[in-house]
Amino acid sequence: MKVGVPKEILPGERRVAATPDSVKKLIKLGFDVIVERNAGLAAGFDDASFAAAGATVADSATTWRGDIIIKVRPPIDAEVAGLTENQTLISYLYPAFSADLVTKLSSRRINALAMDQVPRITRAQKVDALSSMGNLSGYRAVIEAVNVMQRPLRGQSTAAGKIHPCRVLVIGAGVAGLAAIGAARALGAIVRAFDTRPAVKDQVASMGAEFLEVQIDEDGSGTGGYAKEMSPAFIAAEMALFAAQAKEVDIIVTTALIPGRRAPILITADMVASMKRGSVVVDLAAEQQGNCELTKPGEAVDVNGVTVIGYTDLPSRMAQQASTLYATNMVHLLTEMGGAEKFTLSETNDIIRPMTVLKAGELMWPPPKPAEKPEQVTPHAAKAKVQSAEHGPPVGGRMSAATRWGLLVVGLALLGIGFNAPPTFLTHFTVFVLACFIGYQVIWSVTPALHTPLMSVTNAISGIIVIGGMMQVSGTSAASLLGIAAIFLASINIVGGFLVTQRMLRMFHR
Amino acid sequence: MTPSLLATAYITAGVLFIMSLKGLSHPETARRGNLFGAIGMCVAVLAVAIQVGLATSPYVIVAVLLAAAIGAVVASRVAMTAMPQLVALLHSFVGAAAVLVGLSNHLSPTAELVGAEATINHLETILGVFIGALTFTGSVVAWGKLQGVIRSKPLLLPGRHLLNAAMIIACVWLGVVVVGGGGPALPSLSALLIITAISGLLGIHLVMAIGGADMPVVVSMLNSYSGWAASAAGFMLSNDLLIITGALVGSSGAILSYIMCRAMNRSFISVILGGFGGEEGAAPAGGAVMEGEMVATSAEEVAELLRDAQSVIIVPGYGMAVAQAQHAVREIADILRSRKTQVRFAIHPVAGRLPGHMNVLLAEANIPYDIVLEMDEINEDFEKTDVVLVIGANDIVNPSALEDPSSPIAGMPVLPAWEAEACIVLKRGRGAGYAGVENPLFFKPKTRMLYGDAKKSVEAVLALLKA
Repeated sequence: MKVGVPKEILPGERRVAATPDSVKKLIKLGFDVIVERNAGLAAGFDDASFAAAGATVADSATTWRGDIIIKVRPPIDAEVAGLTENQTLISYLYPAFSADLVTKLSSRRINALAMDQVPRITRAQKVDALSSMGNLSGYRAVIEAVNVMQRPLRGQSTAAGKIHPCRVLVIGAGVAGLAAIGAARALGAIVRAFDTRPAVKDQVASMGAEFLEVQIDEDGSGTGGYAKEMSPAFIAAEMALFAAQAKEVDIIVTTALIPGRRAPILITADMVASMKRGSVVVDLAAEQQGNCELTKPGEAVDVNGVTVIGYTDLPSRMAQQASTLYATNMVHLLTEMGGAEKFTLSETNDIIRPMTVLKAGELMWPPPKPAEKPEQVTPHAAKAKVQSAEHGPPVGGRMSAATRWGLLVVGLALLGIGFNAPPTFLTHFTVFVLACFIGYQVIWSVTPALHTPLMSVTNAISGIIVIGGMMQVSGTSAASLLGIAAIFLASINIVGGFLVTQRMLRMFHR
Repeated sequence: MTPSLLATAYITAGVLFIMSLKGLSHPETARRGNLFGAIGMCVAVLAVAIQVGLATSPYVIVAVLLAAAIGAVVASRVAMTAMPQLVALLHSFVGAAAVLVGLSNHLSPTAELVGAEATINHLETILGVFIGALTFTGSVVAWGKLQGVIRSKPLLLPGRHLLNAAMIIACVWLGVVVVGGGGPALPSLSALLIITAISGLLGIHLVMAIGGADMPVVVSMLNSYSGWAASAAGFMLSNDLLIITGALVGSSGAILSYIMCRAMNRSFISVILGGFGGEEGAAPAGGAVMEGEMVATSAEEVAELLRDAQSVIIVPGYGMAVAQAQHAVREIADILRSRKTQVRFAIHPVAGRLPGHMNVLLAEANIPYDIVLEMDEINEDFEKTDVVLVIGANDIVNPSALEDPSSPIAGMPVLPAWEAEACIVLKRGRGAGYAGVENPLFFKPKTRMLYGDAKKSVEAVLALLKA
């Protein structure tokens, strides 16, 4: 089975769907890999490295005759024309926005899988290109903003005056949003983040950003892990919040997407106008018409001193890393589809089915809706009681009933002994009880790392029973023989125990 | 030797024993502590030998020298992975010695006693023999299980609790016979011998019912019993040093058992009654359905992850000891440390087959003890760690202990390996852990599985790191 990796011909697209590393893995899965000449050049992989990994380097036409075509961008018309029956195309397709392309592909009677339709389930994360690319985009968004900013992000006090730290607002705390928060934090900015899904609050906080909230109780978690559209009242409150923030912050990064729809407008022209000169808006939703009213997809525009960046090729600007991640997603997908041997387009597989747009030319998209997610168990209730595992004697609060009864029984037993036992026994008993308490105190101070030496040394000293044996030896009676046997066994214990402890302790060093 | 001199010798020995245990509170002072213990032992043995006129007895000298030679050879030869077996074996000797002393005392009592004193002396003898025999056979079975001579799965006889109760009741009844001086049908010596036999059977049956991974508890419990046996012998012989030492050892073992049980969130009784990890455990009552799948990885990827990591935590388990991988692990740690990567080891209290077993194995592999940390010391650091390497451990890194109240191991404190940036699990195959509990850690998105023999896997990664 042949996998074709064509060169991306969309202007400005530098990524490629395979790397020499992923080629090796694909070959291990049983595929033959054909890479178009110069396909990886812009991403830093030359033809020689692909050839060295075992791929065949060929011209465009040969590449497009592969049984499976893996690429990044949706194919253009010229590319679609070359496709024939039984071929499988895997790339971004955006079926919601490109009915035209889907119809054309359908007429070629091919199979088509959309990398932008990977379901949001744990098992599918290894295939999820939107996540792996979103992660890079979020990082790059901050870098692009810094690039046009005329000041650093980190605050500092210098002899020449104070540098104020930058304030960054991130809207939408998905993969891209969290990556943006991380990058901005790492550069020293003060970061705030907003998301309609309350569940991400902890993630935002863990990245070191402040989570902004509106005072309306509404949960924006939709099916499949995405956000859903909110009520008008909520949107009004949210817009008021953004308007207030716009006056304060220096950078706004927006990442709000609703699957299959135009991205919601969150930053109006008025808000941009209210921002300080020199501020930057980076719109990561530009590909879906943008979260900012003034976004021009693919461009950076200057609006009264505020730069609105609408680049749609952020991952491509880090083509080498982006290609590596995308290629790995691709390898995982092809593994999921059964490798070369058992390659199938399963309709029951919960990753493959939602991604399938066309099967032998037949429209399969949109897939049946995923079931409403079940009521989540609150983690607090589900948490089992965990006992304290601190080192040290158990510290009790109030005595339990069992403890109280136990103490009573002990008290009565002592009373019984006091009435009946002879005084010699009681002297020994005193010694015994006190020794138990000393033992209790001393043993708790032993470090857990030395518990094995503790056992072997207690082994050695319990060989003290040897003196019991010695007291029994007199003459050659049966009792003496038993005594000598006891001495023999206990002596092994003493010598063996002390020596092995010494041997162990010698190993412990700093 | 005057009685006063003997008494001071006992006090000296007793104090030295306490100091020897006290010394173990830190590795720096531990070796001196061990020396104190040895000196205390010499003082006690010499004093008693002179007192009872045995210092020149050829039989005793031969017996002691022979035993010392055996002990020395065993101590210098034993592999550190075999420590649990050795400890179990040494317990059995104490148990056997206690039985022998008890029987010997019954044959020729050291002092003529009458009335209540005689009764108490009989009781002490019975108690000493009972605990001693139980310790002896129990330890032998524990040794067999650890050595692999006896299969480590719990043996569950039908009605085993009733069986145990019946054996104890029989011993009590026979004990009454012994105290009563025996009758024509059943002389008191025979009754005592039957008690020995029954308590021996009880020891076998108790330990047979306990699964392999509960061995840390069993061994420390037997450690405790061997102490109580010595103490009982001390009461019988009116010897305070035996009483003191027995009590020290007894409480030591009891505390270790308690620590182990707490680390598994199980009661001492439930461990002793046995049966865990057997057929009942194979079909876990609870346990969530696993979401996701196990993703296998290669030595190359692991080496690359380790190379890029800033901080690494290694979680060793019994599997590492079985595969003898600790030396290769140390070399990896050395290479990473020379690259300024922070490397630490996280030890769960029940990792291995003996309390503190992992620490000894790592020390043997020349790993400095200050990078080997206990669970409580390191648990908070997992989320700040880049890579966690789990080597041959399973249940001690199982998140269902915290997340799934229906899990058989719910509530057991565990090492949160899943909180790190990446978690690599070295595992022989795809099976569940000893407790028969599925481990959701293996299905987490950040977890990668490196299948195969732990030693070979670790060495493969090591070779790549060296290259």
